Amino acid sequence: MPTVNRPGARLAWIGQAFLLGLALLVLVILGRALAANPILFLQQVLNGLQLGFVYALIALGYTMVYGIVKLINFAHGDVFMVGAFVSYFAVARFRLSEWPAAAFPGMPGWLVLLLGSLTVILLSMTICAILAVTIERVAYKPLRDAPRIAALITAIGVSFFLEYFGALGFVFSPRFIPYERMFNVTTWTVGAGGIHRLVSGQAVPDNAITISNIFVIILLASILMQTLLQFLVRRTKIGKAMRASSFDKPTARLMGINVDGVISFTFAVGAAFAGLAGVLFAIAYPSITSQMGILPGLKAFIAAVLGGIGSIPGALVGALIMGQAEALTAGYISTPMRDAVAFTILIVVFLVRPRGIFGEPEGEKA
Amino acid sequence: MRAFRILGLLVILSLALSACAAAPAPAAQAPAAQAPAAEQPAAAEAAAPATSGELKVAVLAPLSGPVPTFGVMTRDGALLAIEEWNAKGGVLGMKIVPIVEDSQCTPDPAVNAANKVIDQDKVHYIIGEVCSKASIPVSEIANAKKVVEISPTSTNPVYTLDKDGKAKQYVFRACFNDNFQGKIAANFALNNLKAKTAFVLLDQANDYVKGLAEVFTADFTAGGGTIVGTESYTAQDTDFSAILAKVADANPEVVYLPDYYNIVNLVTKQAKEKGITAPFLGADGWDSSDLDLKAAAGGYFTNHYSPEDPRPEVQNFVKTFRETYNNATPDALATLAYDATNLLLEGIKAAGVDDSTAVATALTEITFNGVSGQIHFDANHDPVKPLTILKVTDDGVKFDSVVNP
Repeated sequence: MPTVNRPGARLAWIGQAFLLGLALLVLVILGRALAANPILFLQQVLNGLQLGFVYALIALGYTMVYGIVKLINFAHGDVFMVGAFVSYFAVARFRLSEWPAAAFPGMPGWLVLLLGSLTVILLSMTICAILAVTIERVAYKPLRDAPRIAALITAIGVSFFLEYFGALGFVFSPRFIPYERMFNVTTWTVGAGGIHRLVSGQAVPDNAITISNIFVIILLASILMQTLLQFLVRRTKIGKAMRASSFDKPTARLMGINVDGVISFTFAVGAAFAGLAGVLFAIAYPSITSQMGILPGLKAFIAAVLGGIGSIPGALVGALIMGQAEALTAGYISTPMRDAVAFTILIVVFLVRPRGIFGEPEGEKA
Repeated sequence: MRAFRILGLLVILSLALSACAAAPAPAAQAPAAQAPAAEQPAAAEAAAPATSGELKVAVLAPLSGPVPTFGVMTRDGALLAIEEWNAKGGVLGMKIVPIVEDSQCTPDPAVNAANKVIDQDKVHYIIGEVCSKASIPVSEIANAKKVVEISPTSTNPVYTLDKDGKAKQYVFRACFNDNFQGKIAANFALNNLKAKTAFVLLDQANDYVKGLAEVFTADFTAGGGTIVGTESYTAQDTDFSAILAKVADANPEVVYLPDYYNIVNLVTKQAKEKGITAPFLGADGWDSSDLDLKAAAGGYFTNHYSPEDPRPEVQNFVKTFRETYNNATPDALATLAYDATNLLLEGIKAAGVDDSTAVATALTEITFNGVSGQIHFDANHDPVKPLTILKVTDDGVKFDSVVNP
């Protein structure tokens, strides 16, 4: 880390010693937990991974939008909420996940499930993308040349609008507590006795961990989207335009790049990921409310800052760290502490390394 | 040109939103149910004997917020009782006018609603709030302003007591309190479920949950059981995997989760998926049409009444309620709101005057035969009454047993 001369820098060692002590304490607690019960520790790490990969999907939207317009889009967490609600309406009200069975009778069950679920997910992603582009055009674009604080406050306003508009009875009325899943969550136990499907009402054998299908789906979906995004940004023409617009908007415009279109595209892609995350989150933790996006949104934002806002691999790494921090705090310290730990991480990042793990001091950001 | 594009996007957005809004099915029933309820007093007035003057009764119910079924049921139960009294000529020759406010099961909105009905509408009688954490602050205001408050379902012992441990003069409840409920739950776990070990899950910020968890822990330990773990969460949590991994590891014979149905749905669903087989045991907060039966199946909870109870008071009430409200079965919240309202009006009738101090005194003296059992108040303004244990199964909530105090 480069040394910076600033007032009070001479006393900076107090802070550093404190952080070092904190880090050691955390390591000791984790080490003892691992030694005491390795199976439980592994289970908690897996729980954290599931959460982390969901956060990664949301964090991508924060980081991409920041990379290109230097705006922290606080409404992003609420786009995530809209994604979950779209899937609720599609599944519980319109039975959209069953259309292949109605259209092609005799289709095998697994294919119906696959096609139906994909349709619902794609619908959620599309509606979220449209919503985000609308927000961008209506709320952010007129403020593009205004001071950045104006756009930031507008973003908070849009976020509140979505939360409280969504809470109105005629929009998303509050009674969505039993969220209906489009497919059932199946759990497998993995242990010394091999892999077995867990039947409801049956106990988990000793020394075995449980893995559910939604965990695998979240993991695969998140990795797939990361890879797709890397390909999009690095290997395609629109990706090149995104990088150019992020680097220098006026010059990019002079080169014939439709910067407004590129910005809208960025918002749409980020929102589509948030929509996907919303659907997966609601399936994994089946309860939806119009305020469900606030905390996951904030934690994904911390993940993006931790990884280095503007950096795509940073979002993944940051999110995985956040997921672990949350699961392990809940597992080994106390559950109500986990949000406190999340925000402490944000403060520590700002103090120690404001540009995050993968952040570049200045210059190109993808 | 640009304006057109924005307009176009707005149209698409509004179409998308209206598609979502087109089917707000279950919630839409709630306001619909309210409409006939509001109209019926007017219809009843024409037929009823002539009345002079009005008597206002405020109903504070959590119609929105985390537990909306509690609010809807409480409102419907209270309004049904008021309609019946108005049809018989009101109380003391006065027509009863209900004022329903949404108190959201949350302290701030509940206090605002209480201040509004007391200062602006000048009511002397409040039915509500439902949740202990909201009715405790409301009770302070009501007692200070000499307004009689009867909470149908706030079970936390502190609700009726002031800081010296004496009963607040104007504050009553229509339900048994958590000392009784937690004790019966602990006995049930020990004697009927034959459990030796229990795990307690609680929300530290919720007075109702915390109170029950403390009583259960004390009584379960006193009865010879062992608490193998206690974990707390917050009401906003959706991911319970970390806690449940610990429950699975501790392998208790019963898990005590005395929270509201919204949390119960989440926890029990995730518990089944984590392979936890111990039965969950809960309290009256489980009682809701929105309880996820599949997830909670195998669990038990302590409650105020069961609609399957064969007593004629219960069956008559269930029949009238179904006829009035679109065939909805009244849960304990509706029943207790009905009982609380009847109790209040009996108290006013016994006092013979619209004066809150006289009514508060009258209430301590009467014995009232309610749907949820016979109610008379002890020195702490707690009614002495029986408790029902219910079992959750895949096809519904079944009557298990009645325990007398």
